[in-house]
Amino acid sequence: MSDLFTQAVFIAMVASGVRLAVPLLIASLGEMFGQRSGVLNLGVDGIMLLGAFSGYYAVLRSGSVWYGLAFGTIIGLLLGIVSAVIAVTLKAEQGISGIGVYLFGLGMSDLLFQKLVGTPVPISSFPKVQLPLLSEIPLLGGMLFRHSLVVYLAFVAVPVSMWVLNRTTFGLNIRAVGQNPESADSLGVSVARVRYATVIIGGTLAGTAGAALAIDLGIFQQNLTNAAGFIAIALVYFGAWRPLGVMAGALLYGLVNAVVLQMKTLGIIPLAWSDIAAMVPAIITILALVVVAQRFRPPAALTKPFLRGT
Amino acid sequence: MTVAPTGKGGNMRKPRFAWLAMLAALALVAAACGDDDGGGDGTNGDDPFRIAIVAPSASNDLAFSQSIVDAVNLIAQERGNVQVQVTDGMFVVEDAAAAIRGYAEDGVDLVLAHGSQYGGSLQEIAPDFPDTAFAWGTAADTFDLPNVFSYEAASDEGGYVMGVMAAALSESGIIGVVGPIEVGDAKLYVDGFGVGVLAEDPGATVNVNYIGSFSDVALASEAAQSHLAAGADVLTGTAQMVVGAIGVANQNGLLWFGTQANQTSLAPDIVVASQVYHWEVVLRDIIANIEGGTVGGEIYEINLANGGLVIEFNDGFDLSDDVRAKADAAIDGIKSGSISTGQ
Repeated sequence: MSDLFTQAVFIAMVASGVRLAVPLLIASLGEMFGQRSGVLNLGVDGIMLLGAFSGYYAVLRSGSVWYGLAFGTIIGLLLGIVSAVIAVTLKAEQGISGIGVYLFGLGMSDLLFQKLVGTPVPISSFPKVQLPLLSEIPLLGGMLFRHSLVVYLAFVAVPVSMWVLNRTTFGLNIRAVGQNPESADSLGVSVARVRYATVIIGGTLAGTAGAALAIDLGIFQQNLTNAAGFIAIALVYFGAWRPLGVMAGALLYGLVNAVVLQMKTLGIIPLAWSDIAAMVPAIITILALVVVAQRFRPPAALTKPFLRGT
Repeated sequence: MTVAPTGKGGNMRKPRFAWLAMLAALALVAAACGDDDGGGDGTNGDDPFRIAIVAPSASNDLAFSQSIVDAVNLIAQERGNVQVQVTDGMFVVEDAAAAIRGYAEDGVDLVLAHGSQYGGSLQEIAPDFPDTAFAWGTAADTFDLPNVFSYEAASDEGGYVMGVMAAALSESGIIGVVGPIEVGDAKLYVDGFGVGVLAEDPGATVNVNYIGSFSDVALASEAAQSHLAAGADVLTGTAQMVVGAIGVANQNGLLWFGTQANQTSLAPDIVVASQVYHWEVVLRDIIANIEGGTVGGEIYEINLANGGLVIEFNDGFDLSDDVRAKADAAIDGIKSGSISTGQ
């Protein structure tokens, strides 16, 4: 066991957990806004996939990782608008329409990849940024402060989300619309406008998350996200629809994955247990979800289209 | 558009538009996921020989799926009157089963179910189409069905050769392996690789990490990071998700050994060699059997001796003559039977 806890391995393991958490965190925060206003978007993974391909392709063509991130984000925004039209204006059943968006993203990202790129071609990744002073802190410096700028921005988005939700009129409207849209409507709050905004925020961040994933890996492949978008949705429930809870869930999922990986590499988990060990992060997440579900209630209007006068 | 419908009738109409929108989206997806026609066109007037491939990942994944697509396209070029159809990305077994059945109903001459995970489905489907030839792999089991061939790769052989070179090139004596799930040709390759490493350097350490997925690129990337943290300076891996691990190896200057397809293009500076699958070696025999009236019942293997497995060296990598000689000796020894890969 001692090999696991050498300082270098321990630092690398936690840093790995942080990296694995980042796409989930970004996508989960976006989805959280939608759910707090009453809209469940199951299409997150599809939007992530199109964001991932768009970001990858933009880097491939331009050579700039930041153009790639921006392009993936814009594609996410556009798909957020589409999702909002389907869920808010057309009042589609949210679960089913979300699956439609997912399938569209899954198929279209692969089709575009096949037609525009073909065989996987590596691209540049985000440069690492060592934060002055902070990166020199023993242990913590290596774990937390030697990542790419996207990692830091993802964690900065947590307090920003808290501020928006809890300290602004827009945040108050989001919570009101998600909890009791009829009351909000009677007070002059446009339920549709608020939901449009939150679903578009969710789509935009899902696109960002996908682009961040592809550019960080430096490659695109069919179904690159491997259902990360669905895990992101689960993490919103895990985090009880609160930014800090979502962050805790994403970090837990990433860190458990990283610990399992490192233990497998070092032979602490025997080969015969590899497949079972691979399920551990999902099992822990499900158990945590069960615990959270006992203590917190979802927004009362979640998944319910708003129909004035009913 | 009206944001808030005011009457019940209006509410009734809205979901129809939603369903239309969804149907449009699904139609686009169907177009994206649809079958690709490749290969020959049957222009000489005879009915073409029709081959359909159902594969788990993208047909140009530089790994497992590409190996069979490349082989079938080569057969199509050789024969000149072959129609090739590909349904790739079938990571969901139920979807693959539907595609396999669809091709059989469509009268395809040979349906290739390219994935060991498709065996159960094939066992159910094949008896319904006794005149259609099915082949699946990697596996060595025809289920005693007269219309099922199976094929496998002795990937342990190339794994052994790669292991010998990896041990000879490693300075730290620690070598990392990123695997998917411990089954099929992936397990054979990883096991053979380990035997090869220890044959060259009994004191070396081979850290094997089966990540539990054939498709999780991010996890494969982090598995490579975990090998790096454990001191590895040479990596290998198998299945389509290893593109993530190759990226980490490239960024950190670790050497890489590939398998299934030639992976040099992914990292020309660090890929030393790749074991490449040439399924055409067994496909020629399978097609000859079908044309002779036998539509199943045989088990085939590609290996170094029959040319189905080929070690392709990266010309851009400066491999020393000494290490190259060790690799050539291992290849010759396996072909002649003087070296055992432990399988």
